[in-house]
Amino acid sequence: MTDIISNLSLYLTYPFVWYAVIVGVLIALCSSLLGVTLVLKRFSFIGDGLSHVAFGAIAIASVINLTNNIFFVLVITVICAVLLLRTGSNTKIKGDASIAMISVGALAIGYLIMNVFSTSSNLSGDVCSTLFGSTSILTLTGVEVWVCAALSVIVVALFIIFYNKIFAVTFDESFAEAVGTRSKLYNLLIAVIIAVIIVAAMNLVGSLLISALVIFPALSAMRVFKSFKSVTVCAACISVVCALFGILISIVFAAPVGSTIVAVDIVVFFIFMIIGKARGASK
Amino acid sequence: MAQLSCKKLCLGYDGHEIVHNLNFSVEKGDYFCIVGENGSGKTTLMKTILGLQPAFKGKVETGDNLKNNGIGYLPQQTRVQRDFPASVWEIVLSGCQNKGKFHPFYNKKDKALAEESIKKMGIEDLKKRCYRELSGGQQQRVLLARALCAASDILLLDEPVTGLDPKVTEELYRLILEINKKYNITIIMISHDIQAAVKYADKILHIGEKNFFGTKEEYLNSEISKSFAREVIK
Ligand SMILES: Nc1ncnc2c1ncn2[C@@H]1O[C@H](COP(=O)(O)OP(=O)(O)OP(=O)(O)O)[C@@H](O)[C@H]1O
Ligand SMILES: [Mg+2]
Repeated sequence: MTDIISNLSLYLTYPFVWYAVIVGVLIALCSSLLGVTLVLKRFSFIGDGLSHVAFGAIAIASVINLTNNIFFVLVITVICAVLLLRTGSNTKIKGDASIAMISVGALAIGYLIMNVFSTSSNLSGDVCSTLFGSTSILTLTGVEVWVCAALSVIVVALFIIFYNKIFAVTFDESFAEAVGTRSKLYNLLIAVIIAVIIVAAMNLVGSLLISALVIFPALSAMRVFKSFKSVTVCAACISVVCALFGILISIVFAAPVGSTIVAVDIVVFFIFMIIGKARGASK
Repeated sequence: MAQLSCKKLCLGYDGHEIVHNLNFSVEKGDYFCIVGENGSGKTTLMKTILGLQPAFKGKVETGDNLKNNGIGYLPQQTRVQRDFPASVWEIVLSGCQNKGKFHPFYNKKDKALAEESIKKMGIEDLKKRCYRELSGGQQQRVLLARALCAASDILLLDEPVTGLDPKVTEELYRLILEINKKYNITIIMISHDIQAAVKYADKILHIGEKNFFGTKEEYLNSEISKSFAREVIK
């Protein structure tokens, strides 16, 4: 035990470890905020689809050797978010099917492009780290840290400003629209925020695990809390704590960051499920 | 001028016309009931009044005395997901959506309005409760309180008493009548409860093969009511 602690305090003397912790916590905070909305609006599949699109975009960016590939990926993902929402609201085209098409298509093409054009010597390592997150969180450059921090601040600010509207649109869209809330606009906003979160979180957990980061804290909080505000606050706290522990554990045991965070999230989910059950029974 | 009027209104979906040539007008303070068989287009009409769905032909005109932010709405079925975590207070407050201007946060006036609606509906003791754990009747009152927050002029109700027991139904009708008479808010209600419609309404609109619009007395004497609700009305 003392070994682990001294080990950890040694790591914490390096600034790059602090970078990783700060960025990880910020990303975890943003991704948990929209969890409730995503789960309840059945938007989670859009989140999934978008993360695959982001993977494809990263593949393209790395092949054409863009220096600032995060902006390229952001633009592509936001555009896809808008398109997916369009087809999703159109009842004539099967929304689910088109999302599946786009997401699996992006995955396949992304891999293909990486395979054919990549000059990297460690191809499967590259692919794996894009999908499942990598230790690249420990090799973040100063610019990437700032971009992530800026995106997080934007997401949190947007969420706070539009909190009441997001609640109204998530709870009952037709009522909200009837009393004059422009629900289409807010759905669009939600989709764009999701896209931003996904791009920001790619570095931390990789594109396949993002949905877990978004959904688990919200589901855990919903086991125990009953109002939208308390669930949102609790989900944010859970997510931050899990990310913190996940990152520290992964550093000490040299485990992959993304999957460690998700594993901690899963453990917390079961704890909250038991608390929820116990509360229900004691009533 | 009437508060709300429709002339030669045609409604439908995907090029298929459901309601043909509808004419009616509603004055401020009216208690207006819409009746008709299942699938005759009552909910569709309400959505058009709310501007959620465009009409085929004709349009809904609103009088000058109706500010565009004074309509409250109680949907027929609220497709609220079963798991939604929300307290009664949060839901009622969400009725205070200011049209036009952008207010990100609720101010004192909104909160006072929500408090008042909660009081009017007699659900003060439920304020902190979780919506999904309430009974159907309690949920209906919460949604009515939310609609009241938005309804300074008109309250649209789509089958408000479906699934409620006779006692709660009676109470809800009493509340609606009180809103109508005491606060002078126009009521537009869709109902299959023809007895109650005849008991409370000033004007009745019947949608069907043939449309009818007139006062309660005119409706009772019309052919349509005789064939539609013969058994029910004594
Ligand atoms: N979104 C839709 N797309 C296509 N057709 C629809 C849609 N909604 C309703 N309809 C059709 O329009 C007709 C009128 O529906 P509406 O919901 O207005 O009936 P209603 O009078 O409210 O019936 P009820 O008494 O059962 O509530 C029905 O035949 C229905 O099948
Ligand atoms: Mg209906």
